[in-house]
Amino acid sequence: MSYQIEEQKVFNSGHSACPGCSEALAIRFILNTLGPDTIAVVPPSCIAIISGPQPLSSMRIPVYQSTLESSAASAAGIKRALTAQGNDHTTVVAIAGDGGTYDIGFQSLSSAAERGEDIIYICLDNEGYMNTGSQKSSATPSLAYTTSTPAGKGTPKKNMAEIMAAHDIPYLATATTGYPEDLARKVAKAQRLTGGLRFIVALVPCLDGWGIPDSAGPKVSRLAVESGVFPLYEVENGVNYTLNFGPKDVPVADYTALQKRYRHLTAKDQEFLQKEVDGNWARLAKKF
Amino acid sequence: MSAQGKRLLLNGNHAVSYAVKLAAPRVIPVYPITPQTPILEKITDFLADGEMDAEVMTMESEHSAMAAAITASLAGVRVFTATASQGLLLMHEMLHYASGARAPIVMANVNRTLGSPWGFWPDQTDSLAQRDVGWIQYYCENGQESHDTTLLAFRVAEQAMLPAMVIHEAFYVSHALEAVELVSPEQAASYLPPFAPLHRLDPLIGESWGNTVSQQMFQDHRRDLGEAMEGVAALAKAADRELEALVGRGYGIVEQYRCDGAELVIATMGSMTGTARDAVDELRSEGVAVGLLKVKLFRPFPATDVRELLAGVPKVMVLDRNFAPGTGGFLFQELKSALYGMRGAPPIHGYLAGVGGTSISPAAIKELARGALAEEPSANSVWKG
Repeated sequence: MSYQIEEQKVFNSGHSACPGCSEALAIRFILNTLGPDTIAVVPPSCIAIISGPQPLSSMRIPVYQSTLESSAASAAGIKRALTAQGNDHTTVVAIAGDGGTYDIGFQSLSSAAERGEDIIYICLDNEGYMNTGSQKSSATPSLAYTTSTPAGKGTPKKNMAEIMAAHDIPYLATATTGYPEDLARKVAKAQRLTGGLRFIVALVPCLDGWGIPDSAGPKVSRLAVESGVFPLYEVENGVNYTLNFGPKDVPVADYTALQKRYRHLTAKDQEFLQKEVDGNWARLAKKF
Repeated sequence: MSAQGKRLLLNGNHAVSYAVKLAAPRVIPVYPITPQTPILEKITDFLADGEMDAEVMTMESEHSAMAAAITASLAGVRVFTATASQGLLLMHEMLHYASGARAPIVMANVNRTLGSPWGFWPDQTDSLAQRDVGWIQYYCENGQESHDTTLLAFRVAEQAMLPAMVIHEAFYVSHALEAVELVSPEQAASYLPPFAPLHRLDPLIGESWGNTVSQQMFQDHRRDLGEAMEGVAALAKAADRELEALVGRGYGIVEQYRCDGAELVIATMGSMTGTARDAVDELRSEGVAVGLLKVKLFRPFPATDVRELLAGVPKVMVLDRNFAPGTGGFLFQELKSALYGMRGAPPIHGYLAGVGGTSISPAAIKELARGALAEEPSANSVWKG
């Protein structure tokens, strides 16, 4: 699959992300694809830090910082006001973390999807509350260390893509920064498929929270896909599933080996994770 | 004076809805809660009948309703919503957010008891507990006042760039039918100019809102907010005078009723005012010199006006249909604070009367007034039924 990324200069250098941050990379492909006729809603998160403290901004568009739990409602309010003013061209996008999406922001997201709000909602999923120093969210996977699950998380990651598919929204996709063309293509597609809420959950490795070297973000991202931990796919109208990049027989252990958050895993733990990933993939594969 | 509006038999909630139709907000996020729901039901009727044109957002919670109200307002349109009780409390975080964002949203709140335990009764604690969130607060005595005040609130809110609450009590006002004279569309059009904010979320303007600021920027912003709030009393008085000139009905930000030579002034808010008026009339006819002070604008608290009106009054009796455990009645607290340090300030009786929606009759108020004249006030609020 070849897709030519066409970047419009919306996201700028000089932002305050950690060197090597995958989230900044994701924001670049998202905003530079959406273009300047966009308004972004960002809740408290690393994304808000990266967007810059007032009066500075790394984003050459209006950015509204919402409360943590209200990104979708806030984005919908903007879109409805634009509609009321006869503006049918400006894209409204909410860009939130996994805590702001899977946990505290889920109620307002689910309702915005059900109401068919004409917005794009992108979750930059780094599998925990990384901005507050790595605490567990419901996006944290089984057995991963966080500061609130020091012995490893005892329950699996919430399956947000399937939950959103169950809302029968026009478009949802999984993406990750190790596949930038795929991410940018999905953002462009989400922008095109108006008439309801479009949802993208993008896995973005967190250098500090996952315990990986500054240069390892893209590699870990690709291993997440190749090991089957995070398959890349799209769903239109809740039923039409398309697989973009699936597992390539890479053991889950190869993925976890690069991350300090998994360094406490025993051989038995590895076996457990492999089984969980295999089971999830078997269940998902039936839908393509 | 322009052509008079129609006279209709309306409950207090529908009186608000008719004023909202005149103000023509473009975005209305809604969430149902008793006893507010008839306000929004009437508005959706107007929309269905083509009498109004607005984006209605059927939210999943009051929290999201206020979140959407804020951003719609910041995107440059007039916004209305309504709530009550638990719903208002769920909004609490967003109420601060709205005033911080200087979003001139107008919201009706129907006072209802707060759980637990559950109740559906008139009690002002829900909105009074939001006194520090940076919203203008108007308390209304009846449906006519709620109708007029809703229109007035849009005007004051948009001039001050602060959100405003129009408040009346459950059932006593919200569901009680009375004749209401509507402001006519022509009158409303001349009274309320279109909402056209200078700053708004728009890619062509490129302004943002809400991201992190420095300590000094934060302090400056709070100071600006305070200055805007301080300017509200004058704006509210002017808006009231102009409404009176237009429709023949004015309320002031506080109202003094039969206070000439009064030995005792009864101070209260909302529907209790109507009952107290009757009690004052009866006491006066019985030769007891009693007057009434109605506080309509509660935020910002009209301390200067209250001081002027109570100067030289020998005694004040506050009736609070609301209660904060540990401090007592809210109006009692505010009046004590407003009068503190004033030369010859009157002693104040603070009576908790009607908390939880219990019925307080004119006869009961007369008895309380006679008692208050005879007794020395306590430092704290006293339960009186």
